[in-house]
Amino acid sequence: MAVVTTGDAAVPEEAGPLAPPGAARIRRLRPSRRGPQPRLSWRIRLRRDRSLIIMVLPAMLLLLVFNYLPMFGTVSAFEYYDPIYGFLHSNFIGLQNFTDLFRDQLFWQAFQNTLVLSFVQLVLYFPIPIILAILLNTVLSSKLRSFIQAVVYLPHFFSWVLVVTIFDQMLGGAGLLNEFLRQHDMSTWNIMTSGSAFKYLVTAQAVWKEGGWGIIVFLAALAAIDPALYEAAAADGAGRWRRMWHITLPGMRGMIVLMLVLRLGNALNVGFEQMLIQRYAVGPQHAEVLDTFAYYYGIGNGNFGYGAAAGLFKGVISLVMIFAANRLAHAIGEDGLYRK
Amino acid sequence: MSAADAVFGRRNRRPLDGSIPRKRSKGRAVWEEQPTLVGRFGKGTVLTAVVLLVLLPLYAVILTSFSSEGAITRAGGSLVIVPDGLSLGAYREIFSNGVVTRAVVVSFAITFAGTAVSMTVSILCAYGLSRARSLGHRFFLMAMIVTMFFSGGIIPGFLVVSELHGYDQFWALILPGGVSVFNILIMRGFYQATTQDLIDAARLDGAGDWRILWSVVLPTTKAVTAVMTLFYAVGYWGSWFNVLLYMPFDNSKWPLSYVLYEYVNLGVKMPGTSTGGAGATVQHQIASPFAISMAVVVLTLIPIVVVYPFLQKHFTKGMLTGAIKG
Repeated sequence: MAVVTTGDAAVPEEAGPLAPPGAARIRRLRPSRRGPQPRLSWRIRLRRDRSLIIMVLPAMLLLLVFNYLPMFGTVSAFEYYDPIYGFLHSNFIGLQNFTDLFRDQLFWQAFQNTLVLSFVQLVLYFPIPIILAILLNTVLSSKLRSFIQAVVYLPHFFSWVLVVTIFDQMLGGAGLLNEFLRQHDMSTWNIMTSGSAFKYLVTAQAVWKEGGWGIIVFLAALAAIDPALYEAAAADGAGRWRRMWHITLPGMRGMIVLMLVLRLGNALNVGFEQMLIQRYAVGPQHAEVLDTFAYYYGIGNGNFGYGAAAGLFKGVISLVMIFAANRLAHAIGEDGLYRK
Repeated sequence: MSAADAVFGRRNRRPLDGSIPRKRSKGRAVWEEQPTLVGRFGKGTVLTAVVLLVLLPLYAVILTSFSSEGAITRAGGSLVIVPDGLSLGAYREIFSNGVVTRAVVVSFAITFAGTAVSMTVSILCAYGLSRARSLGHRFFLMAMIVTMFFSGGIIPGFLVVSELHGYDQFWALILPGGVSVFNILIMRGFYQATTQDLIDAARLDGAGDWRILWSVVLPTTKAVTAVMTLFYAVGYWGSWFNVLLYMPFDNSKWPLSYVLYEYVNLGVKMPGTSTGGAGATVQHQIASPFAISMAVVVLTLIPIVVVYPFLQKHFTKGMLTGAIKG
């Protein structure tokens, strides 16, 4: 069977007259990942792999239509796009949309909101799953641990509409908090419509929805730490906190950096649906982010080219940020999203 | 065993007869110091608070949806926390009303159809890319990863679907987000990890790739299939933005999420309920409008909460073993 797993194309010829019944098929075997690299012409490989290629095609078709066509559709950012004429025959106006955009006070407001929200989430949200994972990892009863995990993962599966509705019932004008304040003759505070508290509100929502789910990767990193390290450290006299500082945290370092890279690369994505749902209640001066700006001015106002320009601006900056974040990860000796 | 012991492990794990237990499969290691009282108490408080923060809002919403009008009035018109007069009025009312019933049907239809499409396409693609050194897999992989890094944005996506006449069509809620590259990469990781010997043996027995996928790979990777099915299903169940984009005006086509948004979140009057003031014509007990709103919330919540416990045990496995490999 060793012959089979190395999968050399020359095998059938050498098999001779005493070859087993399956020998004719050996030719079609793909090599396992280890082993010598076979040199086959692309025709043979095409015949061998045609069913694999057929399997990939439906996904490729969907990506082509709904991901790649829109990429070419960004040409509308350089057009005065008119739905009647479509992408190909709309009026080409060069950089006009962009010059308008960069002069638009509301656009810069949206850009600023995006960065502020992203920063607040980075500072207040990012450490929570890490702390929670370390805490949960010290719970000894495995039944209790999986119960807590089950509970904190749950909100991840709720849609944003649901989450915002639940928050509204808790913190909104008619919500539980204000009802409590009213009953105790205190002044009420509708957090759901408060502009100044909005960045903390959306962070709280993000923590409630995703903070629990976020621990999953950190728990995995913790599980990968060799317990012998802890034992050795304890034998050398390291206390609980020293072990956490010198073993637990370094063990999580790679995962923390990876998550940080993902977060930085996604800095301009700050909960599009979340903002869109609450934009009306809070007002655009606080809740407008780049995505909602593109949506409102592009689709809401029918100025498609303008919205597409805002979207393209965001896409390009995001791309730059992903590469920059990875550079940063490489600079401190971690893999990040991809290797150097 | 007290609750505190359950959280932090028993202080003394020795059996009563004084013998030393043979195996310490779980629990505190011998070299580990006993936790301080403050530490135990603090940890218990934090973890209890975290669990309650998630569960209490859900409990209050569910209880309110089952509360009678009197109970809600006594609670000052907001959520009911202490059970005080239960009633099924809210549910009777929304199910006698066409909008919500239809929305439930639409939501289930979108979820089933969408998940079926997404899973079929994803499984095939993940397997197609999982065999080492197959023709073109590098190219396909790159083509997929590029979409993770750069997207054309919302507007061009909307325009493409519009130019394909997707407006007001159900496929516009399913196909544009039909495949998640991330999910496919995770599944591919699992398929790559399927023992090569098993696959080679099947091939020697004359199985082609379709057969291998169906009879060898899928049965050995049920955990990831379950998790991915849940991910896609939850996505479709909560689909909201695509509805806003492609069918915001026809309320007979709305799924539950959008009904929730329109009638609860925005507070638009739901046609045909007592929220619309037409309560006089309704013969059965009139439910409080607030209970009706909460009943809609509970309806969007229930399928997730019901399916979730069965799949939860697969999460860690499903997310981790399939870490992205180049």
